[in-house]
Amino acid sequence: MTDIANFLKELIAAPGLSGYESTVHPLIEKAWEPVTDQISQSKLGSLHGLQRGTGPEPRQSILVATHMDAIGLMVNAVIEGFLRVTSIGGIDARVLPGQIVTVHGRRDLPGLVVATPARLLPSYVQGGVTPLEYLLVDVGLLPQDVADLVRVGDTISFAQPPIETAGETLVGHTLDNRASVAALTHCLELLHTRAHVWDVWAVATVQEENSLGGAYTSAFQLHPSLALAVDVTFASSPGSPSHKTFPLGKGPTLIWGPNVHPLLFKTLKDLAEQLEIPFNLEPTPSHTGTDTFAMQVTADGIPNMVIGIPLRYMHTPVEMVALKDVYRAGRLVAELIAQLDDGFMEKLTWDN
Amino acid sequence: MTNMTDRTQLPRIGDEQVELLERLSNACAVSGDEGEVRKIVLEEIRPHADDVKVDALGNVLATRRGSSERRLCVMLAAHMDEVGLMITHDESDGFYRFGIVGGLSAIDLTAKVMWVGKEHIPGVIGVKPVHLTEPDERKKPFSVDDFRLDMGSSTDKVKVGDRATFATTFVHQGPSLRGKALDNRLGVATLIELVKHSPPHIDLQAAFTVQEEIGLRGARVAAYAFNPDLAIILDSTPAYDLPAWDVDENLRYNTRLGAGPAIYIADSGTLSDPRLVRYLMEIAAANKIPYQIRQPGGGGTDAGAVHKQREGIPSVSVSIPGRYHHSSAAIARLSDWQNTCNLVANALFDLTPQVLAGER
Repeated sequence: MTDIANFLKELIAAPGLSGYESTVHPLIEKAWEPVTDQISQSKLGSLHGLQRGTGPEPRQSILVATHMDAIGLMVNAVIEGFLRVTSIGGIDARVLPGQIVTVHGRRDLPGLVVATPARLLPSYVQGGVTPLEYLLVDVGLLPQDVADLVRVGDTISFAQPPIETAGETLVGHTLDNRASVAALTHCLELLHTRAHVWDVWAVATVQEENSLGGAYTSAFQLHPSLALAVDVTFASSPGSPSHKTFPLGKGPTLIWGPNVHPLLFKTLKDLAEQLEIPFNLEPTPSHTGTDTFAMQVTADGIPNMVIGIPLRYMHTPVEMVALKDVYRAGRLVAELIAQLDDGFMEKLTWDN
Repeated sequence: MTNMTDRTQLPRIGDEQVELLERLSNACAVSGDEGEVRKIVLEEIRPHADDVKVDALGNVLATRRGSSERRLCVMLAAHMDEVGLMITHDESDGFYRFGIVGGLSAIDLTAKVMWVGKEHIPGVIGVKPVHLTEPDERKKPFSVDDFRLDMGSSTDKVKVGDRATFATTFVHQGPSLRGKALDNRLGVATLIELVKHSPPHIDLQAAFTVQEEIGLRGARVAAYAFNPDLAIILDSTPAYDLPAWDVDENLRYNTRLGAGPAIYIADSGTLSDPRLVRYLMEIAAANKIPYQIRQPGGGGTDAGAVHKQREGIPSVSVSIPGRYHHSSAAIARLSDWQNTCNLVANALFDLTPQVLAGER
């Protein structure tokens, strides 16, 4: 069994910004290779791992999607040896000053995000939050070297090293959503030694943070009977509203709402209760911000479900996850898949 | 112990010194709790000093006596402390409230990993996810009162009263050095080298001071104890040499990286002794050492306390410029550090009572 803490630390050390996920491919492939029958890549770069089921062909299949792309920054100007940047994915500019980053130029350069000193800013932005367009990245090199090594369009990833904190929690950037990739890996390892009737498509999707492009295209290409996304959700933390967050380390969330097939939800909920896997209900009145939003409406439509792993401080370089929630999410998905049988789709009705 | 008698024995900043700076930068010494840096300083200077003591506030006061007659007593000071936090309240489940020590703002603390206590236990200061914020909210700065230090889970390794500082590991990148607390571990590392290479015609009085960041408190008593003929303060001062937004030229740079040691003429606490300023500029010119005049104005160093101690002590400050002080990581230039050490070492080497003979 893969040790999730170590695996996650490796995973988040790879940059893999949305649209540039290839750096994280080898790490996931290495973990999936021993427990899958084949691994391939989609045209957009999503990873497809297949675990064949034991049922007669044509077999039903379930797609489990975990996005592997990371938020980050991109160079949009090089000025006097400093870099101006834009964001890839949703980032609150207030978290950026003082963050260490890696600039992926002609070679990788260590950088530091800094705010232009107030004394050099126009008066209308002094004294408050420094907007993204007034932030700079300093790579510590002389201007000519920066001009040679860095171009507009180069990606910049967070470089905060992963840190194990008290109570088996892990802190780092990009735990959204590599934590779920780790959970899916755990699920594959559990299923590897266990008979299951259905085919399992383990998918590490691309571009979730931008366009959900990976989810749309992999769901189309693989056209599964069911789809399930594992993604992170908001863990309760200082400053976050308690009615929109879920306790860290107290189990994954099961999402309930229009993106979810109600009977699939009920199946998972009953299963979690039966297995005594702790969980919280996450009512989502409209859309989930996950791959499910795309997969549900792919082709002629796919019944979907979402499992959330609570995560504090989402979209900052100090995201925090509880390792046991990652294991629990992986186990719950494995248990669901293990009980899918030939007749499951017939039972998955609407108004019964 | 050998006294330096020719200029070839002047200190040099090389790999060994950068390695020492790395240890000093990675050590935690929030004002009032400077023990970790003090330990390194004591280890480094003990073999080279005639007299070393730790005074009532925790300053390290080291004297290295020269051998010639009628020696000038020269105080060199560098503060050991850094800005940081103190844990003030345990809110259970691993969440702690904290207070600020020194000039540190909520901006600098946002979404940072911190080291807590003597064992450097990691914790984080996180913020509400961007997804749960409103556009107007994102235009408002955070307040320190909004923040909690999150250790992940309750732990008996963290206690109310513990200090915390940024969990930043030093790196040497190209011509630059990046780390936390380069203000003023650069000064501390420089002073250690100067103690190791003190010329014979002066008594070097090295003060590694405490509590500079909360009001120059260590320097005040150190200067009293030493009662020197003159003082040179070694510090690191901000370089604001970034591109100015929609302004043709940055005229408010304070200092610039790569332009050499920054000599102070005036800051918010001190009008430097002009004789010492002139002397340093002459030494720089004679030895072809690049230097810059720090733009006169705000800020300050231990000189603010030293120059008005007892009957008055002629004082000047020399700083290594550094960008982004009082934040998770600062960036300085190795060449500026080398030139600063070289300037002060040459100034000590050539120092005679004549420097202070004329009118101020």
